[in-house]
Amino acid sequence: MALMRLSRLLTTALVLLLVAGLAQAAAIEVREFDDPVLEERYRDLTASLRCPTCQNQAINDSDAPVSGDMRDRVYRLLMDGRADIEIRNHMVERFGDYVLYNPRLEGRTYLLWGLPAVLGLLGLVLVGLLVRARRNASNRELSAEERARLDALINRERTE
Amino acid sequence: MNRRLILLLPLAGFLALAVFLYQGLSLNPFHRESALMAREFPAFDLATLKEPERRVDRDLLTTGELTLVNVWGEWCPECKREMPQLLDLAERHDIRLVGISWKDTREKALGFLEEFGDPFEVNIFDPDNELAFELGVYGAPETFLVDGDGVIRYHHTGYIAPGDVTETILPEVEQWR
Repeated sequence: MALMRLSRLLTTALVLLLVAGLAQAAAIEVREFDDPVLEERYRDLTASLRCPTCQNQAINDSDAPVSGDMRDRVYRLLMDGRADIEIRNHMVERFGDYVLYNPRLEGRTYLLWGLPAVLGLLGLVLVGLLVRARRNASNRELSAEERARLDALINRERTE
Repeated sequence: MNRRLILLLPLAGFLALAVFLYQGLSLNPFHRESALMAREFPAFDLATLKEPERRVDRDLLTTGELTLVNVWGEWCPECKREMPQLLDLAERHDIRLVGISWKDTREKALGFLEEFGDPFEVNIFDPDNELAFELGVYGAPETFLVDGDGVIRYHHTGYIAPGDVTETILPEVEQWR
């Protein structure tokens, strides 16, 4: 009895999920491509362009009117035989650098792109230095004074 | 002692990063410089709102006179709130206004002007987002200040509040007139 109720509950949940998925798909149009390469490029481009009016959504994920218009334009430019970089530049010329999820490498973005590499390198150097210092420390022979102190300590332990 | 201080370096670095990122939280992502700043107003060839058979192009904005180009739509509530300010700019401050009637039907757009007033010398009718897309418009209202040579000098995204008129619009107009 309980099992049946559970299975009915699960079925309902599944149906609801499917309906929600369909509603989501209906908001964003589906485009047919004859060429799988073009389809792949369309998918990549619409996933890497940011909707200008949303809070952090790619244009393939947003039902804002401007995103729909941008997807239209991406599609038309692809059909026109334009290269990916041309299409990205086309959008940046109109909507600004904001629409790129990966900022272009240029004067003012050197710090942005370079900092992680520099920090990683610094970290490696630091680890290297620490390892070397530690190895040197453990290889060093004890001085006569240190040896005498060590002997004294060991002897004291034995006599106690 | 000094060697010990070195151990505080990572903490200092973390604090600097935290302050930097914390400041980012209070930035408004919609306040960003327009991509069209200091660029030529894009070319277009569209009908006007009131006279469907009359077509206008970029020459409309290279008359030597400074122009405010306002993108609006009947469906946009902020555009309605903005109209008193636009009327004030046109009538009291003698600024030339050109409208872009965006994603509207003629009927609704004309009804809007009848109800809320018409500060525009002419309205470019752009139902299919042809010109507005070239301008990078992502929501109405948006306003562009175009100098006498057709170069975009200022871009205001969103509603022009009464305070914006005196604080930003008029100073920009004075600078480029």
